Amino acid sequence: MATYQEFIQQNEERDGVRFSWNVWPSSRLEATRMVVPLACLLTPLKGRPDLPPVQYEPVLCSRPTCKAVLNPLCQVDYRAKLWACNFCFQRNQFPPAYAGISEVNQPAELMPQFSTIEYVIQRGAPSPLIFLYVVDTCLEEDDLQALKESLQMSLSLLPPDALVGLITFGRMVQVHELSCEGISKSYVFRGTKDLTAKQIQDMLGLTKPAMPMQQARPAQPQEHPFVSSRFLQPVHKIDMNFTDLLGELQRDPWPVTQGKRPLRSTGVALSIAVGLLEGTFPNTGARIMLFTGGPPTQGPGMVVGDELKIPIRSWHDIEKDNTRFMKKATKHYEMLANRAAANGHCIDIYACALDQTGLLEMKCCTNLTGGYMVMGDSFNTSLFKQTFQRIFSKDFHGDFQMAFGAALEVKTSRELKIAGAIGPCVSLKVKGPCVSENELGIGGTSQWKICGLDPTSTLGVYFEVVNQHNAPIPQGGRGAIQFVTQYQHSSTQRRIRVTTIARNWADAQSQLRHIEAAFDQEAAAVLMARLGVFRAESEEGPDVLRWLDRQLIRLCQKFGQYNKEDPASFRLSDSFSLYPQFMFHLRRSPFLQVFNNSPDESSYYRHHFARQDLTQSLIMIQPVLYSYSFHGPPEPVLLDSSSILADRILLMDTFFQIVIYLGETIAQWRKAGYQDMPEYENFKHLLQAPLDDAQEILQVRFPMPRYINTEHGGSQARFLLSKVNPSQTHNNLYAWGQETGAPILTDDVSLQVFMDHLKKLAVSSAC
Amino acid sequence: MNVNQSAPPVPPFGQPQPVYPGYHQSNYGGQPGSTAPPTPYGAYNGPVPGFQQTPPQGVSRAPPSSGAPPASTAQAPCGQATYGQFGPGDIQNGPSSTVQMQRLPGSQPFGSPLAPVVSQSSVLQPYGPSLTSAEVTAQLAGMQISGAVAPAPPASGLGYGTPTSLASASGSFPNSGLYGSYPQGQAPPLSHAHGHPGVQPPQRSVPPQASSFIPPASGGPRMPSMTGPLLPGQGFGGLPVSQPNHVSSPPPQALPHGTQMTGPPGPPPPMHSPQQPGYQLQQNGSFGPARGPQPSYGSPYPGAPTFGSQPGPPQPLPPKRLDPDAIPSPQLNELPPQQKTRHRIDPDAIPSPIQVIEDDRNNRGSEPFVTGVRGQVPPLVTTNFLVKDQGNASPRYIRCTSYNIPCTSDMAKQAQVPLAAVIKPLARLPPEEASPYVVDHGESGPLRCNRCKAYMCPFMQFIEGGRRFQCCFCSCINDVPPQYFQHLDHTGKRVDAYDRPELSLGSYEFLATVDYCKNNKFPSSPAFIFMIDVSYNAIRTGLVRLLCEELKSLLDFLPREGRAEESAIRVGFVTYNKVLHFYNVKSSLAQPQMMVVSDVADMFVPLLDGFLVNVNESRAVITSLLDQIPEMFADTRETETVFAPVIQAGMEALKAAECAGKLFLFHTSLPIAEAPGKLKNRDDRKLINTDKEKTLFQPQTGAYQTLAKECVAQGCCVDLFLFPNQYVDVATLSVVPQLTGGSIYKYACFQVENDQERFLSDLRRDVQKIVGFDAVMRVRTSTGIRAVDFFGAFYMSNTTDVELAGLDGDKTVTVEFKHDDRLNEESGALLQCALLYTSCAGQRRLRIHNLALNCCTQLADLYRNCETDTLINYMAKFAYRGVLNSPVKTVRDTLITQCAQILACYRKNCASPSSAGQLILPECMKLLPVYLNCVLKSDVLQPGAEVTTDDRAYVRQLVTSMDVAETNIFFYPRLLPLTKSPIESTTEPPAVRASEERLSNGDIYLLENGLNLFLWVGASVQQGVVQSLFNVSSFSQISSGLSVLPVLDNPLSTKVRGLIDSLRAQRSRYMKLIVVKQEDKLEMLFKHFLVEDKSLSGGASYVDFLCHMHKEIRQLLS
Repeated sequence: MATYQEFIQQNEERDGVRFSWNVWPSSRLEATRMVVPLACLLTPLKGRPDLPPVQYEPVLCSRPTCKAVLNPLCQVDYRAKLWACNFCFQRNQFPPAYAGISEVNQPAELMPQFSTIEYVIQRGAPSPLIFLYVVDTCLEEDDLQALKESLQMSLSLLPPDALVGLITFGRMVQVHELSCEGISKSYVFRGTKDLTAKQIQDMLGLTKPAMPMQQARPAQPQEHPFVSSRFLQPVHKIDMNFTDLLGELQRDPWPVTQGKRPLRSTGVALSIAVGLLEGTFPNTGARIMLFTGGPPTQGPGMVVGDELKIPIRSWHDIEKDNTRFMKKATKHYEMLANRAAANGHCIDIYACALDQTGLLEMKCCTNLTGGYMVMGDSFNTSLFKQTFQRIFSKDFHGDFQMAFGAALEVKTSRELKIAGAIGPCVSLKVKGPCVSENELGIGGTSQWKICGLDPTSTLGVYFEVVNQHNAPIPQGGRGAIQFVTQYQHSSTQRRIRVTTIARNWADAQSQLRHIEAAFDQEAAAVLMARLGVFRAESEEGPDVLRWLDRQLIRLCQKFGQYNKEDPASFRLSDSFSLYPQFMFHLRRSPFLQVFNNSPDESSYYRHHFARQDLTQSLIMIQPVLYSYSFHGPPEPVLLDSSSILADRILLMDTFFQIVIYLGETIAQWRKAGYQDMPEYENFKHLLQAPLDDAQEILQVRFPMPRYINTEHGGSQARFLLSKVNPSQTHNNLYAWGQETGAPILTDDVSLQVFMDHLKKLAVSSAC
Repeated sequence: MNVNQSAPPVPPFGQPQPVYPGYHQSNYGGQPGSTAPPTPYGAYNGPVPGFQQTPPQGVSRAPPSSGAPPASTAQAPCGQATYGQFGPGDIQNGPSSTVQMQRLPGSQPFGSPLAPVVSQSSVLQPYGPSLTSAEVTAQLAGMQISGAVAPAPPASGLGYGTPTSLASASGSFPNSGLYGSYPQGQAPPLSHAHGHPGVQPPQRSVPPQASSFIPPASGGPRMPSMTGPLLPGQGFGGLPVSQPNHVSSPPPQALPHGTQMTGPPGPPPPMHSPQQPGYQLQQNGSFGPARGPQPSYGSPYPGAPTFGSQPGPPQPLPPKRLDPDAIPSPQLNELPPQQKTRHRIDPDAIPSPIQVIEDDRNNRGSEPFVTGVRGQVPPLVTTNFLVKDQGNASPRYIRCTSYNIPCTSDMAKQAQVPLAAVIKPLARLPPEEASPYVVDHGESGPLRCNRCKAYMCPFMQFIEGGRRFQCCFCSCINDVPPQYFQHLDHTGKRVDAYDRPELSLGSYEFLATVDYCKNNKFPSSPAFIFMIDVSYNAIRTGLVRLLCEELKSLLDFLPREGRAEESAIRVGFVTYNKVLHFYNVKSSLAQPQMMVVSDVADMFVPLLDGFLVNVNESRAVITSLLDQIPEMFADTRETETVFAPVIQAGMEALKAAECAGKLFLFHTSLPIAEAPGKLKNRDDRKLINTDKEKTLFQPQTGAYQTLAKECVAQGCCVDLFLFPNQYVDVATLSVVPQLTGGSIYKYACFQVENDQERFLSDLRRDVQKIVGFDAVMRVRTSTGIRAVDFFGAFYMSNTTDVELAGLDGDKTVTVEFKHDDRLNEESGALLQCALLYTSCAGQRRLRIHNLALNCCTQLADLYRNCETDTLINYMAKFAYRGVLNSPVKTVRDTLITQCAQILACYRKNCASPSSAGQLILPECMKLLPVYLNCVLKSDVLQPGAEVTTDDRAYVRQLVTSMDVAETNIFFYPRLLPLTKSPIESTTEPPAVRASEERLSNGDIYLLENGLNLFLWVGASVQQGVVQSLFNVSSFSQISSGLSVLPVLDNPLSTKVRGLIDSLRAQRSRYMKLIVVKQEDKLEMLFKHFLVEDKSLSGGASYVDFLCHMHKEIRQLLS
């Protein structure tokens, strides 16, 4: 067998799963001593172009509490047409359709390469995709214009039979009726009044009198289009209308006096959007897309008053508990998010403003429903426009890269239990025999709802080994986990993707090396980071850092090789070598550090961190830095101040930003215009190279990163300087006696100092 | 006895002459005492028992009348003259004279009809005749008694007792004499002129009487004209000659009545079924007698009780009250009770509104009314006259109940004459009269008294060479600001007095400064918001389509100020059912936008910009909207509506736009949708005549008052157009329009085909009329009296300021004054009504009306300067407000009592001593009883079975803001014969009295009361007439209920249609025409408006009521 590296990569490509440990400690006690929990990063919809979905339904274990799906790990008795569930060991009869199977004639789900398989469910009427635009009209004229254009453009990207709806808001909230000819109609709501779903439906005329309801029951499916027809219409039918309607959208006409913020009823608008969909399309995939250009300033969910002289809350205010509206607003949005989630609708937030827009309060809307959160400076930037456009990108089948209303179910073999999950999901509160009492992340359940999914959406799923130390697992035993994801495909089909994986058990006492070698430090770093970020949402920053540090130290103590009290002797094996560095950068990352970030920014960063896959997450934790020079092809360099050299061009990707940094000399050359001289064409190429590479990243990254092109001494160079390891600072610059690199003006500890401390603590017997 | 004899004349009405002889003789002979008279009283008393007893009364009364004779003789000449007048005219002009005249005939008819019936049917035949006659006489006597006194001028009052009249007449004269002195003089000649001679002959008995009554000559002059035509009217036959007519018609009627009355005898005439006393008369259309009612009135009807207090005491009282004169009657008492019931008073002999109106027209219509003199009584509202403002406000702006106010409150209390002014601050003037000048006093604003804040007016006294002025209201001495200084001439008048409207005119306007504006900001131009019900009902009836179509053109006629090119008023549109739809009609839009607000519990305005727009700028969008509204809702199934939120929305819209304005609401049904102001159907006819009846007039919920208050604060006036198919609770829905100075229009069972013209006409008028917004009115008075009570459509947050969100030229405020100190005869009493308002162009102005009244220390002066029309206006409003808080019966009793007190006070203090049996009415108030009776039997105070609760509430609300002319016509409808006068004559035909007796079946009549318009077609109208009016060949082919006359090119058709148009033009609301055929189902409806007759709902006939009033007065006097 190949190296673990290859094994890991192979597994990731096939199943979209990466475990922190690829050989599992066989007892509970040992598992806890491993410090990093047994967990995995699961990308449920990982793109598998090579995986054709099968057009039938999965075969389920007949034990009511199990219902695991038939998989390649099951033992099959081809003669008796029986199969044994590998989770509960129930023996099951194959259904009649499987009468013809044999060793040589296996159904796909029994073939080992189909450890991940996708079923298409043919039952039930396909329900259309629904896009409900919720648009803020308190925008500057050009912002609104740009937004209108983006929205109009989006119509052409939607599938023709998708339903669209429009809600606009400012001081009032307007729900636009789309079916009408001539006069454009809208229902208007006061922006200050919280309404229950029932009231909203009543006021929109969505509730039908009891009588017709009963009569119509048989024809329920046909009912839907009728009920919804006024507010949600198929794109192909109202294409023109809708374009005109958007074209006529005016800025909120209510006067805003000097020194005031416009009154913006975001809370009510969202509430109405949720209520509208709740009433018309419960349990159908739908996307509420909120476009807002400022903080909610009135009504339920208001984040800040309309007095400009009172600024919107900062981290400082939050720490001082000096926020008037935050708790109430958060509660309001949480309530909405939960309702939306319960109905399978996801909420996106596109917030474009120079100031904060209340993402902190609204984050749960996206986080709980799997929606997108996009933050920009203006709707009139390519950042927004391209990001928005990218949402509607399609895969090579021509399908949207989005799925709706997914439910993820996890089944484990009996040595394991499920501790929780972290990601854009909500608990479905399904208790079962395999649910642990110890919660990590969103726990207490074996099923989660993920209302909006795309091929990169990734959940961290945490497990607990419950096998007792005195009940050893027989040699060669394997633990199995099955992930069953039911979702609505963008083609409106319902599908089920089943991934079944198995890993070897190992006795930690006797086979620690095995386990150590099978450690996936990247996955572990991300999984630990998720735990840390998850904690940071509810705990004080320093506590989280302390917790992280302690975990790191314990890990080093467990797996490092050292002599007690001798830091210099400390060594880590290859499979752990990068882990401390990840932790170092994680500690400095905006996910855990709020300094210099607004609450909105923190929420934004954390939002994305909690849903991106492993690679992206790692970039977020430790940005990548490439160096371009005349000396050779571009090379990745250390994220360190020492990499900042005068004759280099640096390209840094932090996921959220792409920074191109010209070294001092390069900047001077460029200023001198050498690139325009034919004899210095190579310089021109050098300048162009990072731009091209950046463009490549920009093409695929979602959300579109902030693109920064700066140079030595430029004000925006701060983006780079704040990320690199401050190996040279004003404190130690001359101590090193070198003149390479750029000193960073910071008191932050450098990686070197961090590692020194770590070694010291790891080898000390004190803790 | 003589009196009795007089009865004979009666026959005219009554019937066949043959009867006559019989009657006369028997009556006279047998019953000197004329038992009959009493009966009438009895009737009032109500209960049947009353009758019997009553007779005695009657008797008693009769005597008095008889007693009277002497006097009469003296005056005889006059009397005759008058008599003559009456005869011819039926007209009663002359107070006294007319009265007599009428009575005579009246009484006769009764007698005769009754008699025949009774006699024939009943065993009593022999008696019958005699009795009847006797009764008649008795009645007459009674009447006389009552009327007898006929205070001089008006005094005709006496007329009743024709028979007796002789006697009574005499009595009356004396009384009348007081007044009479002046009137008489005039009268005689005139009356004579009128060819009394001719008349007289027929009525034999009359002469004597006549002589006695007539004195009041005043009537005389007018009579002439009247008489001619009138007679015919009276005479059912329609011929001028009274006799013939009488003869023919009476009998039939009489019969029916008789039957009813008598009860027992019942069977009499085969034709007449007992059921319809009055109406049907059988055959010949001799409606005349219409006595039906009376009889019924007397006994069967509870009507009596209505009068109230009296019923109880009947038996004992009568005797007591009656004069000793009654004694002779004992005989009568013996008569069978049944027969007694039927006495009758000659309706022609009692004061006739028609005559009074006609007289005033003739006397005062030609000369302009110059307002320079203090305390001048203006011509009647029914008279066309020009006004010249010379320092007092035109009567078009202010009318008072009396132009001579008692100096002390004691006097005022004694007289019980309410002191009230009916003010119509923005009244429209005829084109010949100039509208008030606008005065601009510059930045300092209008000059006012420092203490009482009264505005500069012609009554302010400049002193100290013009450097100071003394306030005429509070006597405070103020400095004249330098810029206003002017020297005085030798009379103490400012030299520039005639250059300044505020120093020389009764009415003028000031430009208000910013201090007079809300929030110290000049107002922006007002807005009109059209709010249209688009529920199923509204769509189904075609209302919405009709309305939208009309609005397209109507919007070009929004009120504009002066000659402004275009109206400054902005418009907005809202439609609603269970939810509200606002429309954005901004000119820049290609299509209107609709914004639906379903949160009716918490109404708000969803848009600011584009809701209220200039019509011309947004015309295309508005037109498009109006085109689409009917289409959009064409398929609606929504039947529920909201109401309060609609008003709330309009008000909020105006608030958001920071302007005043008017909402036009077009609403169809009871607002039962879940929302604030939701109403339930609480119509319960069982409550009528109970103590809880008042709840029918009260709003169901206080929510509307609160809402109205907010509207007033915002200057949001609400006009409501209702199109109900069933109960909509007008009482509650009208609260907001009422308190905001708006109008209500109601079109029950609206159908486009039938009601289109009426609705559109009302709508056009309502939209186009000039209106002032956000107004505050204050009435200041000189020391001694104070405005204490206000009636009308407005809101008051304190006791002095009348706040009106909107005020148009039709709205009237009635103000009642009370003494709080002594007044000075010399300086008189001054009123200044100041109205601060925003004009329709958004200009803030003050309109000032000044009026100076005389003060008196003699009650006679008060009674001589009263205006009955105004008085009725006040009393009606007072009563109509009273029903909100008291049982209707109490309200009615209060009215009757007050009226009786007024008249009794007069009788006691002003009339010359006379027999108590005489009814003496002040000249100025001789119509008070008839008008008051009309008020009492109006739908609000005495609803008939067919009158819905909504109708009552509606009428109640309408009356509240009516001016004097409107109340006048409303309570006493105008009945115009169409074929009597030559076709060529261009003037309006003279009206006839509103009584079935006045209709001739060969004639066509128009009846109007400001709200309704009927064309009554007699059964035997000439075929030619039918052809030329209706384009059908015979009476039977005229379709009943027709509402439009075919346009035919012949003189008659042209004339009638022209007349109808001109009548409509005179009224503030379009009157839908209803063609009623004689003896058709619809006739019931029509008869409801014949207010001198007994009404189906138990309302007394004029004659009965007069008797009743007389009794009341006597009771007070004794």
